[in-house]
Amino acid sequence: MAEPAQQKVFAPWEDPTEKPIIRFEGVTKRFGEFTAVDNLDLKIYRGEFFALLGPSGCGKTTLMRMLAGFESPTEGHIILDGQDVAPIPPNKRPVNMMFQSYALFPHLSVWENIAFGLKREGMEKDRIEARVSEMLRLTRLEQFARRKPHQISGGQRQRVALARSLAKAPKLLLLDEPLGALDKKLRQETQFELMDIQEKTGTTFVIVTHDQEEAMTVATRVAVMDHGKLVQVATPAGIYEAPNSVYVADFIGDVNIIEGAATPRSTPEGAQVEIAWAEGLAPIIATPTEPVSAGQKVHYAIRPEKILVSREPDMARANRVQGKVIDIAYLGNISTYRVRLANGQMISASMTNARRLSRRDFTWDDEVWLNWTDGAGIVLTR
Amino acid sequence: MNYRRFLLIAVPYAWLALFFLVPFLIVLKIALSDTAIAIPPYTPTLDLSGGWAGIKAFFQGLDFENFVFLTEDSLYWKSYLGSLKIAAISTVLTLLVGYPIAYAMAQAADEWRPTLMMLVILPFWTSFLIRVYSWIGIIANEGLLNQMLMGLGIIDTPLQIMNTPSAVYIGIIYTYLPFMILPIYSALEKLDGSLIEAAVDLGCTRAAAFWRVTLPLSRPGVIAGCFLVFIPALGEFVIPSLLGGSQTLMIGKVLWEEFFSNRDWPVASAVAVVLLLILVIPIVLFQKNQEKAEEAGK
Ligand SMILES: Nc1ncnc2c1ncn2[C@@H]1O[C@H](COP(=O)(O)OP(=O)(O)OP(=O)(O)O)[C@@H](O)[C@H]1O
Ligand SMILES: [Mg+2]
Repeated sequence: MAEPAQQKVFAPWEDPTEKPIIRFEGVTKRFGEFTAVDNLDLKIYRGEFFALLGPSGCGKTTLMRMLAGFESPTEGHIILDGQDVAPIPPNKRPVNMMFQSYALFPHLSVWENIAFGLKREGMEKDRIEARVSEMLRLTRLEQFARRKPHQISGGQRQRVALARSLAKAPKLLLLDEPLGALDKKLRQETQFELMDIQEKTGTTFVIVTHDQEEAMTVATRVAVMDHGKLVQVATPAGIYEAPNSVYVADFIGDVNIIEGAATPRSTPEGAQVEIAWAEGLAPIIATPTEPVSAGQKVHYAIRPEKILVSREPDMARANRVQGKVIDIAYLGNISTYRVRLANGQMISASMTNARRLSRRDFTWDDEVWLNWTDGAGIVLTR
Repeated sequence: MNYRRFLLIAVPYAWLALFFLVPFLIVLKIALSDTAIAIPPYTPTLDLSGGWAGIKAFFQGLDFENFVFLTEDSLYWKSYLGSLKIAAISTVLTLLVGYPIAYAMAQAADEWRPTLMMLVILPFWTSFLIRVYSWIGIIANEGLLNQMLMGLGIIDTPLQIMNTPSAVYIGIIYTYLPFMILPIYSALEKLDGSLIEAAVDLGCTRAAAFWRVTLPLSRPGVIAGCFLVFIPALGEFVIPSLLGGSQTLMIGKVLWEEFFSNRDWPVASAVAVVLLLILVIPIVLFQKNQEKAEEAGK
């Protein structure tokens, strides 16, 4: 733990010689006329904790079901460990899936549910015992081993489903919203357990989640999906700090989106872009991550926590606008200020609550300055 | 409040007492009487005009002679055993025919299911007697089946199916098939398809998944179907007498003959009472199964 200098950064996706464990090559899945997964290319590497994020119905479960073998791609190939999986039936794939609906066997006890896959493998009795006990301990279900699924709570059922899919220690584990029914504390604990298991076993995880915080916590990389397509695949930090589109920026976390016309210019510090966004207000100065042409319509995305709220303009920051505090959302550790600018645009800015509430600097209807640097936001062309 | 509850409970019990218990007591009473050439054809009859002495004389006239008689003539216990055997075998055969049909129905596309269900229930729209009679036209020596097989040159001499136990099995399977299909179908229909996928995901072949998941989960339906076939088949009278001929010994037929050919009401009643006692066992087991299934469904 205490030797970060030695630790190599885990980033196999940056190494062109690294072989992915899963490769999607132009995979399309249609249900009749409807395209659930649309010409998708993706590489997932051994030992990754890969999170799929996206709105309901965007094709996450379908993607998983193709990996598990319950659906076959209409077009394209899925390569698992160098082998096209198309001819391999689901029971022969080194893949286990935790179903979104849990799919626990109602006629079997919790213990028997977890042991089900091990028994099919023909494992010896005492090794099954040991493995099931380990899984029960891991998911804290020891007291419930003899109960039937209908005799336990929703969260407990979810843990049984998790334990059952983990028991066989597969090469690839697919988790379809594995922690949705757990309370926050148990969810966090289970997240760490999962990461721990993954470190110990080297299993590759693909996890579907609606909870972006969860994706941020556990994932090595996050894929944001929309309408059967991958919009962006990047590390959690990459997705958050450098979204490639308004869609991703808006989907992950809170963000202010400002529309405007770009004017590129060069300065001694490098390329910059001025965004004219409101009449009578100074243009926003930003550092572009991709080339923009003069007059191009762009979106400028800036996260609330990147904006400093102050009484007086902060001359050290390139962008400064004045506005009035309309609303304050107190969230315990931070407060989010909703500020209306002169042109009517609303901007959110959040500040950590270093001081006690009674000594807060700003209150409703205060005139404040919003300040941010030229590198704080991001210029998006789509 | 209590009064209403009492009423609610009393009505079904009164119904049962009036239409089940009282007739049963009458039958039991006749079973304990002796045959007589009279109307009604048994003695003693209760004559209240004789007062207390009359009642005493009435009870003294009752005895277990007829039940003892049932054990003495091998016809009766052979018929009981014959009925049990035929009911058991035809239950198994009905299960073997009915389960695949129920399974196919449950697998069928949603829009087809009401139609298939309809087809299963459709035979109930015509008289049971007519349907059994029409089987004679099919399986008789000069019937449709034999004519077709001979016409195709598969056989030279007609198959003797009529008046054999096979005919009875065919009749029972045909008649009671819906009672087998419906409970199994309702169990299979509720089965969540992702359970099969989970089993396959955990290493089962499709066949193993059927064996380990589908079959156990349809068990309450199978048991219900078996009882629904076994219980009426045990006392079945029409099918063996129409299709089974004289060779087939079934207690329902014996009962009919005692009543209507021999006019020996007391012995016939004794046969009925014993049949009922035999049936109580599977009926109680059936109730237990239903309760268990209900509990598991919660
Ligand atoms: N068997 C099917 N037949 C027809 N359409 C289907 C089928 N399975 C999925 N779809 C459709 O494909 C799309 C993607 O479904 P999928 O289950 O992958 O969504 P998802 O991303 O997992 O959503 P959620 O987050 O709600 O679970 C949906 O619009 C769904 O209606
Ligand atoms: Mg889903």
